Amino acid sequence: MTSITKILTHAFEKDEGHVHINMKEKPYSNPYLVGVGLGLVLLAAFVIMGRGLGASGALSTAVAVTVNKVAPEHAAQNNFYKEYVGDENANPLMDWLIFQTLGVLVGGFISGTISHRVKKEIEKGPRISTKMRLIYAFVGGGLLGYGAKLARGCMSGQALSGGAVLNLGSWAFMMMVFVGGYAAAYFLRRQWI
Amino acid sequence: MNAPFFKFDYFSTDVSLIIAFAIGIAFGIALEKGGFGRATILASQFYFTNMRVLKVMFTAIVTAMLGLYFLSVIGFVDLSLVYLTQTNMLPMVVGGLVAGVGFVIGGYCPGTSMVAIATGKIDAVVYVLGMIFGIFVFGEMFPSIENFFNSGFMGSVTIPSYFNLSYGLVVFLVVLMALGAFAAAEWGEKKMAAKTGKEKL
Repeated sequence: MTSITKILTHAFEKDEGHVHINMKEKPYSNPYLVGVGLGLVLLAAFVIMGRGLGASGALSTAVAVTVNKVAPEHAAQNNFYKEYVGDENANPLMDWLIFQTLGVLVGGFISGTISHRVKKEIEKGPRISTKMRLIYAFVGGGLLGYGAKLARGCMSGQALSGGAVLNLGSWAFMMMVFVGGYAAAYFLRRQWI
Repeated sequence: MNAPFFKFDYFSTDVSLIIAFAIGIAFGIALEKGGFGRATILASQFYFTNMRVLKVMFTAIVTAMLGLYFLSVIGFVDLSLVYLTQTNMLPMVVGGLVAGVGFVIGGYCPGTSMVAIATGKIDAVVYVLGMIFGIFVFGEMFPSIENFFNSGFMGSVTIPSYFNLSYGLVVFLVVLMALGAFAAAEWGEKKMAAKTGKEKL
């Protein structure tokens, strides 16, 4: 599969100067402009819904609903699962964050397609093998999942949304994300640079 | 008309899900346009080579904060009806540290990993599988860590209320801090570019 992707990529590269010049990946937008756009989206969420954006919540619901399906008695004894499954009257999947997260997938795909940035690939630095990169991706995802649940939210729900409403705990969370990130960066430099 | 609209029952819960989907699309477009669908760009924040994460994030926070503050001052938005996650200081500090380390190891945060999947990044798919596993482990451990999870409870508390400062003053200080951070980021990027001789992504 990887080799097919490679062949396809090369085919397009060769054609670039001739027919497929519009296939070239467009550069990313000015970060300050994107920031204003993102801020307005967040503001819209506050004004329309009275709540901010989120990301990890949708996966938590998915996990809780799955555990509840497989082992309902086990889930019923656990306050974490119970909160995400909710009461029996409402379908837990008809949830704001689940629909918002589905929107993020669609929005990311639309924007990526328009700018010719949708490409099957593995993001990594030049000095790390694909296998190690995927192991790191899994471990990092695991830590993020665990940490976000401990902190009652992730970069979207806490740092971004809580940051804009000057939530004390959200700012503490945000600062600690940068502290943790910069502290770990040195030891992980082989993965990225 | 008063805002937040949903809190004044201007539309039903079903309609709110359509709104959620629409806002999600805009959120996804913004993240993708910012370059947040790429782990290499996100990680470069921690090596001072490309400070996009900081620039986008602080600009977004300042924009939404100023907008919300302005709309509350003119009486359009009732700030007390805008949801504030409760603060449990210790678990949030520990969770932030774990999430920060996980960010550099995994290369994404939960929201950006969705955009990365949408634009074909295989490592993001693996990352999300890891995240599901991490949430499951948290869930299974929950009965034994429930006390810690609920420790350090401070209720719904903002920086102005905690430090007994006016809301407007804190808004002003955050704007100043962001401008300082932007200046430092631009300066740092130039320094790093001169040092490594590489162009930023």
